Amino acid sequence: MANIRLISRRIKGVRNIAKITRAMEMVAALRMKKAQERGLAGRPYSEKITEVIASLAALPQAGEILHPLLERREVKKIAVVHITPDRGLAGGLVGNINRKTISLIDEQKVPVTMVTVGRKGLDAMRRYGQDIRAEFTRLGDAPGLIDTLPISRIIIDDFSNGLVDVVYLAYSRFVSTAVQRAEIVQLLPVEPAEMPASQNVEYIYEPSAGAVLDGLLTRFVEMRISHGILESIASEQSARMVAMRNATENANELIIDLTLAYNKARQESITTELLDITGGAAALTQA
Amino acid sequence: MATIKIDIVTAERSVFSEEVDIVIAPGIDGELGILPRHTPLMTALKPGEIIARKGTDEYSLVVSGGFLEVRPERVIILADSVERAEEIDISRAEEAKRRAEQRMTEKYEPGFDAARVEATLQRALARMKVAERHRKRRRRL
Repeated sequence: MANIRLISRRIKGVRNIAKITRAMEMVAALRMKKAQERGLAGRPYSEKITEVIASLAALPQAGEILHPLLERREVKKIAVVHITPDRGLAGGLVGNINRKTISLIDEQKVPVTMVTVGRKGLDAMRRYGQDIRAEFTRLGDAPGLIDTLPISRIIIDDFSNGLVDVVYLAYSRFVSTAVQRAEIVQLLPVEPAEMPASQNVEYIYEPSAGAVLDGLLTRFVEMRISHGILESIASEQSARMVAMRNATENANELIIDLTLAYNKARQESITTELLDITGGAAALTQA
Repeated sequence: MATIKIDIVTAERSVFSEEVDIVIAPGIDGELGILPRHTPLMTALKPGEIIARKGTDEYSLVVSGGFLEVRPERVIILADSVERAEEIDISRAEEAKRRAEQRMTEKYEPGFDAARVEATLQRALARMKVAERHRKRRRRL
């Protein structure tokens, strides 16, 4: 009897878990859709600015107007902007990005300092004993440029003042709903994309090519960080949605197995009872 | 008549995309009027009004700064932030202007950044000007 009650209690528990994971899946699906849209909305800007910087850097006088953010130096110190979610329950996403960054840190022969975005990465880097230059948490679901500017400010200042010589950006690239890839890219110094010569147009620059490049490079870095964060959010929500869907499916399977066990146990107890009764009755008629 | 394609994008969204006859934008070295087949040009923008005309239609937007790229058949504006004239929140702009002016008079406080306050003031003024013009125009129609 105790066994039956135990199983039925377990079924109720699992059913409640399934309800919760199902709800979380739906919430994540909704947020994912919005996050994906936001990620895409910024794409025209990023394509445009990449193209313009490439054409500026390809200018013959580019050597003379070498901008501080393009400067390649001997690497004595490295900074990593590490973007993670604030929350867990997103499958392997957090683990993947943390592992990737830590293996990057381990490869380096020079000190590495961190700028973390998101709680999960901050906790991991603290546990790992990394030097943390700055931390940002609770940016929310839809951080605008206003929210991410302080992050780029620190990075650009540190790089310009020579405190760090290379800056990497570690984030979760959104490939599709099922696939998110932990990725590390170089943020600074900026490496302009190659420009096909045919596309190169002679521009008039106002006030000057140097001034235009200066403004564009700063915005380029701001944009890369802000997009890295938006992509990471889209990845987080997709990973969570998939993880929660799997959890719901597993819970439902468990309910089926438990129900079977429950029915078997119930039937067994009924059979035993019947045997008891018929046994008792038989004993009486014999007497 | 030839037309020119104008795209206005910010890091967050694409704001405006249209075939028009002329684009007028606040370049850092002065106002620019851009007609189709303009020579390639690249300039920084200061806070002000962007006007795009097509026939008798006129679109008005306020920009807080950014960059403008001109190609013979296209104009691309990479804006820091843009609002359509009808979207402007006048009371917010007035509040920003009042705060900036107040900070100007209290100059010698620690952390005072004259350039930043000035820029804020310019943005607020540009917003108010464009909103005001937009309101007048609507009344006339």
